[in-house]
Amino acid sequence: MSAVPRSTLRRGVSVVARGAREQPRWFLVAVLGSALYGIMTGAMAWVIGRLTEGVIAPAVAARSVTPGQLWQIGLTIAGVVLLNVCGIILRRVGAGIAMYGLGASYRQKVTRQYLTLPLSWHHRHPSGQLLSNANADVEATWNIFAPLPMALGVVVMLIFGAVQMVIVDPVLAAVAMVVFPLLFGANAIFQRRMSPQVTRAQQLRADVSEVAHESFEAALVVKSLGREDEEAARFAEVTHRLRDANIAVGRTRGTFDPAIESIPTIGTLVVIGVGAWQATRGEVSAAEVVQIAYLFSVLSFPVRAFGWVLGEVPRAVVGWERVAAVLEARGGMVFGDNALRRDGRPISIAARAVEFAYDVDQPDGSTEKSPVLHDVTVDVTAGSTTAIVGPTGSGKSTLAGLMVRLVDPDSGAVLVDGLDLRALRHGALAEVAALVPQQTFLFEDTVRGNVTLGGHYADDEVWRALHIAHAESFVSALPAGLDTRVGERGANLSGGQRQRIALARAIVRAPQLLLLDDATSAVDPSVEQAILDDLRTVADGMTVVVVASRLATIALADEVVFLADGTVIDHGTHAELLDRCPPYASLVTAYARDAAAREEEVLLP
Amino acid sequence: MSRHGAAPLVDHSGIGSGGDLSTWATLRRGAVLSPELTRGLGITLVLALLSTLGRVMVPLVIQRTTDEGLLAAGGPDLGRVWFWVGLAMAGVVVTAFSAYAVNVRLFTSSENGLAALRLRAFRHIHDLSMLTQNTERRGSLVSRVTSDVDTISAFVQFGGLMLVISIGQIALATGLMLWFSPILAGVVWGCFIPLFFLIRHFQGVVGRAYTVVRERVGALLGAISEAVVGASTIRAYAIEERTARRIDTAIEAHRKAAVGAQVRAVVAFTAGQFVSGLTTAVVLVVGTVLAARGQLTLGELLAFLFLVNLFTMPVQQATEILNELQNAVAGWRRVIGIIDTPADVADPAENGVDLPRGPITVDFHEVSFAYPGGPPVLQDVTLHIEPKARVAVVGETGSGKSTLAKLLARLMDPSEGTVTLDGIDLREIRFASLRQRVVLVPQEGFLFDASLLDNLRYGQPSATETEIWGILTELGLDSWVRGLPLGLQTEVGQRGESLSAGERQLVALVRAYLAQPDLLLLDEATSAVDPETEVRLQRAIDGATRGRTSVAIAHRLSTAEAADEVIVVDAGRIVERGPHTQLLAAGGVYASLHASWAAQQGS
Repeated sequence: MSAVPRSTLRRGVSVVARGAREQPRWFLVAVLGSALYGIMTGAMAWVIGRLTEGVIAPAVAARSVTPGQLWQIGLTIAGVVLLNVCGIILRRVGAGIAMYGLGASYRQKVTRQYLTLPLSWHHRHPSGQLLSNANADVEATWNIFAPLPMALGVVVMLIFGAVQMVIVDPVLAAVAMVVFPLLFGANAIFQRRMSPQVTRAQQLRADVSEVAHESFEAALVVKSLGREDEEAARFAEVTHRLRDANIAVGRTRGTFDPAIESIPTIGTLVVIGVGAWQATRGEVSAAEVVQIAYLFSVLSFPVRAFGWVLGEVPRAVVGWERVAAVLEARGGMVFGDNALRRDGRPISIAARAVEFAYDVDQPDGSTEKSPVLHDVTVDVTAGSTTAIVGPTGSGKSTLAGLMVRLVDPDSGAVLVDGLDLRALRHGALAEVAALVPQQTFLFEDTVRGNVTLGGHYADDEVWRALHIAHAESFVSALPAGLDTRVGERGANLSGGQRQRIALARAIVRAPQLLLLDDATSAVDPSVEQAILDDLRTVADGMTVVVVASRLATIALADEVVFLADGTVIDHGTHAELLDRCPPYASLVTAYARDAAAREEEVLLP
Repeated sequence: MSRHGAAPLVDHSGIGSGGDLSTWATLRRGAVLSPELTRGLGITLVLALLSTLGRVMVPLVIQRTTDEGLLAAGGPDLGRVWFWVGLAMAGVVVTAFSAYAVNVRLFTSSENGLAALRLRAFRHIHDLSMLTQNTERRGSLVSRVTSDVDTISAFVQFGGLMLVISIGQIALATGLMLWFSPILAGVVWGCFIPLFFLIRHFQGVVGRAYTVVRERVGALLGAISEAVVGASTIRAYAIEERTARRIDTAIEAHRKAAVGAQVRAVVAFTAGQFVSGLTTAVVLVVGTVLAARGQLTLGELLAFLFLVNLFTMPVQQATEILNELQNAVAGWRRVIGIIDTPADVADPAENGVDLPRGPITVDFHEVSFAYPGGPPVLQDVTLHIEPKARVAVVGETGSGKSTLAKLLARLMDPSEGTVTLDGIDLREIRFASLRQRVVLVPQEGFLFDASLLDNLRYGQPSATETEIWGILTELGLDSWVRGLPLGLQTEVGQRGESLSAGERQLVALVRAYLAQPDLLLLDEATSAVDPETEVRLQRAIDGATRGRTSVAIAHRLSTAEAADEVIVVDAGRIVERGPHTQLLAAGGVYASLHASWAAQQGS
């Protein structure tokens, strides 16, 4: 972006129009306040002139002054000041309420989109970017409402001033007509030069933040590999680029600011010069020249408000485009209106010829499909326990995600009780199915809030779920029990504790379909075994799908689906697969064979 | 950094907020931390003074022009007018050029100073101990090197200069007013003195209001990030509505706080405007009385009114800036707070020693550890690990086994006792040497948003692709990498999220492996990897670690079976140690742990 495109201004106007339409009342208050301020600022000079002529000069001439006259002077000016101040308050408060109101309403709209758009959309957008869309970009869009009412008030002020000037003397008014456009022009050039530089600095500021974020999140890895110096160098690089960009901004500002400040003064001097010459020819009175010179100096500062508004335009436009990109994103999941039976009895789930590929970003910015599942057909009958087994990266978690409709298949279908998941109304699946993912996510909330997720469950139900998840003892040892806050992402708990809270979250719902995606990987084997045993006591009403690699878990399953490279290699009971599917046997008996091999090594050195 | 036998618990009181620093002390400390800010400040101030003089003089000259030229007795005196106008023009030019120089100098010095401050804070955050880092949200740490520094720059670049200029103008205007009429000058100051107290009061009010706004922004970002990072959980449980409500609450709280702060700031600002206006009224009233008594001419009174304007404008500007100053000082305090937080697990740097390369002997001498304010996690652990030994540490969750690894990697220091490598106290070993020789692979190894190759190279940037392929083959992971869409060039996405959890662990493992440490610490490093791959890795690592010492924390006991020695931790103490077969035969804690493991593997 080398210069602001001409259309930037037009798009800026449409952003402003949108804002004004959505906050008409407070925007109007601000503009009226600003007009009041503008009129009163112009009126001050006039009032002082009137008082001087009508009250002060006669009093000085008479060498006496009455208290009445003094009251008249004081109260008149105080009145103008009061109105002026009222104008300022209305303008700034009105603008503030409009601006923050717009910010709040667009933050709501943007975050609603985050909650509506599919996970595939989320995967394509870095979380840092989404955060700044909802925060910094919304702010950048509506910040223009801070200087805008002032600028609109200045229009009133300028008209007021122009009329006064034309009445006094058209020649002097003509000088003004040259100077003010010059001022606008200088401001416009300034903003044109400035905005790409500011945009660049803004982008670099985001880069600095991104590097810092990633680096601090990686703090443990940085420490354990001793990479502090390299991280500091990486951060220094973006920081120095930001510094240079900011200095460039400063240089431009440094050049234009004094120039723009000089123009009105030069204009005033020209008015005086020309006025003096005209006065010698008797075309205007000296007093009139002084009046116009004064008006000039009063008006020239507020005129800069236009510069501020123009300066905000590119920022607002860029911010709006980033916000609009989120708001216009389509492809939210489509829901039908079917519900599922909620009778506490297990339901079946099946995948039919499912294909699925992730979008992978390429270094050149394009995306490529990375196939994960290919022609996957799986049948899980109601009430059964099915284990999904496969090597690392074979697509097990993706399949589990498809079964609770975290994502939709590219082709094929996932059916629950014979119904396509896409035909269900929103929330219907969650009422009967629960997934405990490999990577648990806890909310910054209490233990209770994290288990119930806002659902209405009695404390003893929560405790019972915690008991089955073997989280009861550590939760009751927490300072405030169920009401203990777990911190951001559950930071106050260990990995195993977080997993068990997440497990209780699923169990408390008494789901008719429970999916466990390696959900106890951070739990000790003995505890894990106990959890699985206890789960079986409540599993009568459940269909269970478990992504597993431990033999004990697999052996409990009625059916095993063996997945490799995204396709179903074989399925059947554990014994059948062990018998006829060598890669499966090799995978699940790895530990036992390894142990046996080691024993042999010991025996036969 | 000397520690005595029974040293008290390390103070992990967390990251300082610098809240106890006064405004003045903050500015002083800030100037010390960024010497670039004050370098050449003298010249900048002289130039600023020059441009201030110009700013004051130009209107004064205009005033004289009108008084003596335009309004001269007997009609306008064109010669005088031209003379004064020419003089004023010269003043304008001088002002403009000195203002330009001041702007550029200020931008350059402040950006340099603040970039240095950013870098220093960033580096210091990495130097803080793991426990100290964990006392604060990552986002909040980020803001210390981003938005907090930005508030300072906004102030230093605009506010700071305007404050200097304003104070200069106030002084000049006061001098001129005294020259015109000491009485009226007294009246003006009399009107403004209450304003100064009012300003002080408002500063506190406005400052507190903005502190609340900043806190609300933090809460807002937290709530929004849950919707982003927790997206799949929210989908899986269909709690979009609830999440939306939580976000709305945070948005509304922020909006209220922002409007509240705005209203307070407007009131503070208009108080200044109001007092200025009233001052004009009072000056006019008193001046009329004085003029009526013949102590002042009408012309002098009107000229004085003009001076009042020269005085009130900078005073109002100063009011605004002082509010901004509060903001900047708050940001500055937070940055200083982090820089002044002691790095309690510090690099001995030049006072330290380097470890020579080669297999490492590990010793724990009566080591105890407790998290701040918590019960002891490890108690009186004494342990000797021979060089080249492959040790597995097992125990139940919360037994303290991970703590052992963290102490060994010196992510934390023991509360009591010492950990030594080759007989040297860990606290005396230079970090540069320690990190080269000891590498910890955590359970969740963080991946950077870059290619797989860059992530693997992270611990050893000089590794060539050929070397990497060699290692991948050695570990039996080459076919996995070949199966990825772009092989080594595959982008792993944010935090490595394009890979599965098990694949991320593989990356973290290879990364550590490439760094070729002499002591390899594996903290549940393969918990999400499938059994066959794990066994294969285990075998490969065994082969490769023959020359090095390795300590693996594991709850999959296959690791223990393969180790030379198993150390069993229970309730913070080492309860058993010895080879797998021996412990199994002993029928103790290990035997029962192994029984439940075997039960899972058996059948």
